[in-house]
Amino acid sequence: MKVLFLAHSEADGSLGKAACEALTAAKGLGGELMVGLYGAEVQKAADQIAGCGAAKFYGVAGGEFATARYGSDASACEAMAKAAGADMIVMPSTSRASRVAAGVAQRLGAAVDTRLTGLEAADGKIVATRWFYRQRMLGKIERDARPWLVTVDSGCFAACEAAGSAAVEMLNVAPATRTTVTGVIAPAADAQTIRPDAKLLLVAGAGWGKTQPDGQKHLDDASSLILSLLAATQCSLGSSKSLVDQSGEGAALPFLTHMHQVGQTGSTPRHQKGLATCCHGEEPHVVGWRFIGERRAINLDAGCGWAQGKADVLYVADAFAVAKKLAELLK
Amino acid sequence: MKGLQIVVLGSIVPDPLQTLEPIAGPTGPALKNELMLPAVLDPWAGHALYEAASLAKKVEGKVYLVALGPKAKLQQVMMNVAQKVPFEIVVLDGPAGGFADATETAKALAGAVEKIPGLDKSKLLVFGGWQSASRGTGAVLQMVGEMLGITDQFQGVDELVLAEDGSFTVLERIEGGCYQKSACQGAPALLGWATGNLPEPPNNPQVGMQNMRLIMPALAKATPSPLKGEGLRYASVEVPSQRRDTRIVKDAPVDDIARELADWIRA
Ligand SMILES: Cc1cc2nc3c(=O)[nH]c(=O)nc-3n(C[C@H](O)[C@H](O)[C@H](O)COP(=O)(O)OP(=O)(O)OC[C@H]3O[C@@H](n4cnc5c(N)ncnc54)[C@H](O)[C@@H]3O)c2cc1C
Repeated sequence: MKVLFLAHSEADGSLGKAACEALTAAKGLGGELMVGLYGAEVQKAADQIAGCGAAKFYGVAGGEFATARYGSDASACEAMAKAAGADMIVMPSTSRASRVAAGVAQRLGAAVDTRLTGLEAADGKIVATRWFYRQRMLGKIERDARPWLVTVDSGCFAACEAAGSAAVEMLNVAPATRTTVTGVIAPAADAQTIRPDAKLLLVAGAGWGKTQPDGQKHLDDASSLILSLLAATQCSLGSSKSLVDQSGEGAALPFLTHMHQVGQTGSTPRHQKGLATCCHGEEPHVVGWRFIGERRAINLDAGCGWAQGKADVLYVADAFAVAKKLAELLK
Repeated sequence: MKGLQIVVLGSIVPDPLQTLEPIAGPTGPALKNELMLPAVLDPWAGHALYEAASLAKKVEGKVYLVALGPKAKLQQVMMNVAQKVPFEIVVLDGPAGGFADATETAKALAGAVEKIPGLDKSKLLVFGGWQSASRGTGAVLQMVGEMLGITDQFQGVDELVLAEDGSFTVLERIEGGCYQKSACQGAPALLGWATGNLPEPPNNPQVGMQNMRLIMPALAKATPSPLKGEGLRYASVEVPSQRRDTRIVKDAPVDDIARELADWIRA
């Protein structure tokens, strides 16, 4: 069996963590390993994993391949996959790789499964694990078809480290595209609230915007308390749909957008710890928390049925009071 | 750019508030009481539809919704969706669940798009949700694009701004809360939408009546599209047991709670 690990280099030429993890998944399949790398430059990335045991390194590089663009990335991946003639192709689930993986599979006539959380070879069979219905069910899949292209989620395999120096066979690719990437828009400095590498995810729920026991809403307090927790912990900020929707209507916290939403129609981030505040719903507690290790929640309502059984600790308390004290302690 | 043809690919999913339980069906895994579960338009596909309608209004374009799903359920959901924005529907009667194969789904959809009368690829924008809430592969649109020969594709789109000459700029979600901005020369192109910028339109009974005039005949002549799932086997599907023993801390002083949380966060 021939296995191709296919990934893009990062802006600094290195291979990202998610890609190094996907390489471990590819190695775990056994068989003859090959590597295909694309990006502005690929030598540094190849050297980073030179000792991974690959029999061959392919590369597609140049200014045309510097950024995530469907036409150029798909052509690069297609060329390397065709040169390698692999049975299994493993890519990371980065946003860049994810936006072309299935298109590349289509060009190769390959089967495709994305966002795997497990990939194993045993008794001559390959079994892939992935979630269905927005992380509600876990399924194990086998396929007869080869080639089979898969992407694997970050956080499921240890990153492969195998530095050395690699000889890369460069392929010439002329991409067909009418698209130009013109830039990246980063969130404003004071809204730097999504941090994939943070240890902690703070989930803010609609309770922050609700009428409090004194009969008043305290949106300004809620805003400043949440921001002070973010400043003190450098944590990631997630939110429930209810709160995000209210913010869109100008009724709640001005810095929340749909990019913060966790749950079915939001994201399911991976963090070591999660703290849910003022949330009641299944979405923030179950779906949005799916990949959170240790979980705690603060809610005024002791009967919050979603926290019970999903969180390790439920503090029945006023989140305003706790957050204020907590931010002081963590300063 | 006048006369754009915007084809939205989207189907239905169980209402997110329902409890889902997998069972073994005759052709592989399925959901318990699948046909009884209340369904909704797949949320990201819904955003795509509303964005399509808003764009079509500006450019005198036309919106098609191509939906592969069980006909009876589609009809129920359309009673509501039809009231939102004007569109013409093409129905493929087949499975819409999370366990259907993405490639087979894409083939059925691409075939249906090709058959739209008067389709002009130089004016074609294919829209859809960047992932479904069922299978969640983000694979179908890319494959449909390839099958239709569209190699200008965008995923996780939150904004599309069309210029007079038909060129457009697009914002795609990337890691870390950032957007990648691109400029494309124009149709044909494919866009997998995330949330977009538009709220769900209010119900408009007049639009509903107009739509239903086309939806009922489209449902009646739905193309049967059974998906075989050839060569695909599910070794298991389960709802992982994930019950935690929750310690409930009640009537504790705020200072104690804050201190405990601070220790935990710092650990
Ligand atoms: C198609 C569809 C898709 C959806 N997708 C998502 C999704 O992706 N993500 C998502 O989150 N939801 C989603 N939802 C909505 C979801 O069903 C819930 O409505 C939502 O998650 C509830 O949000 P919440 O928990 O923040 O708010 P609420 O249910 O309003 O709960 C607020 C909580 O705050 C508590 N509270 C109030 N004041 C305080 C205080 N001072 N201190 C402590 N606690 C306090 C209250 O006790 C209450 O428990 C979706 C719904 C639909 C129909």
